[in-house]
Amino acid sequence: MNNIQTTTRVVPDENGRFGAFGGKFIPETLMNAVTELEIAFEEARRDPAFVQELNGLLSEYAGRPTPLTYAERLTNEVGGAQIYLKREDLNHTGAHKLNNALGQALLAKRMGKKSIIAETGAGQHGVASATVAAKLGLSCKVFMGEEDIRRQSLNVFRMKLLGAEVIPAVSGSRTLKDATNEAIRHWVSHVDETFYVIGSVVGPHPYPYMVREFQKIIGEETRSQVLQMLRRLPDEVVACVGGGSNAIGMFYPFIQDESVALRGVEAAGKGIDTEKHAATLTLGRPGVIHGSLTYLLQDECGQVQEAHSISAGLDYPGVGPEHAYLKDSGRVTYTSVTDAEALEAVQVLCQTEGIIPALESAHAIAEAIKRAKEMSSDKILVICLSGRGDKDVLTIQEALTTEGGE
Amino acid sequence: MATVLNRIDQLFADRDRKRFIPFLTVGDPSIEATFQLVKAMVEAGADLIELGVPYSDPLADGPTIQRASERALKNGVTIGDALQLVKRLRESGMEASVVLFTYFNPVLQYGIERFFADLAAYGADGVVIPDLPIEENGPAVTAAKQHGIHVISLVAPTSSSRINTIGEQATGFLYCVSSLGVTGARADLREDLADFLERVKASTSVPTAVGFGISTPDQVRAVAPHTNGVIVGSAIVQQIEEHAEQLKDPKQMPQAVEKIKTFVHQLASALQ
Repeated sequence: MNNIQTTTRVVPDENGRFGAFGGKFIPETLMNAVTELEIAFEEARRDPAFVQELNGLLSEYAGRPTPLTYAERLTNEVGGAQIYLKREDLNHTGAHKLNNALGQALLAKRMGKKSIIAETGAGQHGVASATVAAKLGLSCKVFMGEEDIRRQSLNVFRMKLLGAEVIPAVSGSRTLKDATNEAIRHWVSHVDETFYVIGSVVGPHPYPYMVREFQKIIGEETRSQVLQMLRRLPDEVVACVGGGSNAIGMFYPFIQDESVALRGVEAAGKGIDTEKHAATLTLGRPGVIHGSLTYLLQDECGQVQEAHSISAGLDYPGVGPEHAYLKDSGRVTYTSVTDAEALEAVQVLCQTEGIIPALESAHAIAEAIKRAKEMSSDKILVICLSGRGDKDVLTIQEALTTEGGE
Repeated sequence: MATVLNRIDQLFADRDRKRFIPFLTVGDPSIEATFQLVKAMVEAGADLIELGVPYSDPLADGPTIQRASERALKNGVTIGDALQLVKRLRESGMEASVVLFTYFNPVLQYGIERFFADLAAYGADGVVIPDLPIEENGPAVTAAKQHGIHVISLVAPTSSSRINTIGEQATGFLYCVSSLGVTGARADLREDLADFLERVKASTSVPTAVGFGISTPDQVRAVAPHTNGVIVGSAIVQQIEEHAEQLKDPKQMPQAVEKIKTFVHQLASALQ
């Protein structure tokens, strides 16, 4: 364990590697752009004016710090560890995605770019990008799979209302993976004037690192809130993992705290014994997707497989390279939760706490409920409630109505 | 380190002769069609054949080649099939150089060492891996050298200060990306293309070839003075797509192959 403690301090290295993972596997046309971004980000994060402007927006516009809520009725219902919720759902636009979108859009402005592009699955990152583009006066194009446009019509409308152009991706599974391909293709063609705001800890270096730096505020706040409220650290922290940005944001500030168990929850879809899942870390193997070497769902020839989850934000066949590293190092435990378990968790949280969680977050809740039962009542468990479920109510309604028929 | 004179080096030994390089996707619309098309293209004046290995997520490619990939993937085409095709072409007496165009993940899954050993064993001369920039290509270059295979580097108009580093490390030939963006036919070429190509030429001792967006004999003529070779992909793949049904029918295939051969001949003759 000590070994990990010291090595995790220096990831990624100057080549953008988290151990064996990460890197820059992208077309030459983009190499100069990512190098410029790397330099611009390093300058910005050391510039007090940039930090001050970002912190100002985070507190006065996004609504940070988000609260830490003791889920008393859920805790009593489950029986076991005391469950706390980190309320990223209370961020403006309803998810943690805004932390990163604000950071990257401010950086885009600083670099003199007038246009941002983004990819989105469930639409939360698209909405966050459209929002910050409006706030900062940038033009915004959002790439979204045709299937996700269907599943997330409310968020599509929100993005358009905010002035963004939503561009359907019609290839492959027509979900997040394909939206990302389209966004990269657009970026290659318009690299001089366009800033690509990547929504998770994925993509070529410096994105996985930069997005972590913008999201680690989740874990930093949680850590000090728990210390302040309880005068001790939590015993376990649970977060859902698609690309893995809320999870890295939550985990990173706890990496050095050996006593804190960290648990990432992937989407098992219809079950990890079926072909319909998105359990990349559980069932994938190392490969290259969207510019990074990481765990990947693929066939034996290296063709990327389609992922499935009831949650549009989790059905991604790759995962952030830092998660691949944390899995192999053993510091974080990764498990998976099915569509059905996530749906049940939605209902439990709604009825015990009066909170409708995003389907993504519901995966973390389902796993946390299992874990809390096995822990004694003096233990503290924190769930990252990454987003609110308003966007998912139609999907949830559809699933609950047809549940008996399946 | 093998010092075998690779076919690509032999091809470009005479730098005054411009070389024509067509691209097509293996297995689009069938392996047999690709075999016949390659033979016809060589007869039509192709000097080096770029064979695309179909991939599920071809992020450097535009819609035309992406669709070709999808058609080939429906046929279950793999790297192994591409290698078998090269072997068959060699057995049929084809002397033209062959490079495979493949994304990095299929190579990684095949095994880097095994991939380059097999390229050499089956008669290929090089490989283009569009998502493997010089920062990441170390293991591939090491394995390639051992087997006398060239890993062809790409250089783009946005490469700016990287042009010299890429030029110095290049082997075989240097693939100059003629336009920003993904592969695909374009009506107009960049105004600063000649300047870019001359800068690349000055940066390297290996020959250069230019591709991405070149689709007409006029465009071939326009870039020819600034390069040693011209690569045409999407425009040819578009022709293959238009004749896909005929190419799948053994009776109609010869006629369709002939049409594409004529198109390739027009492009190749524009170079001389």
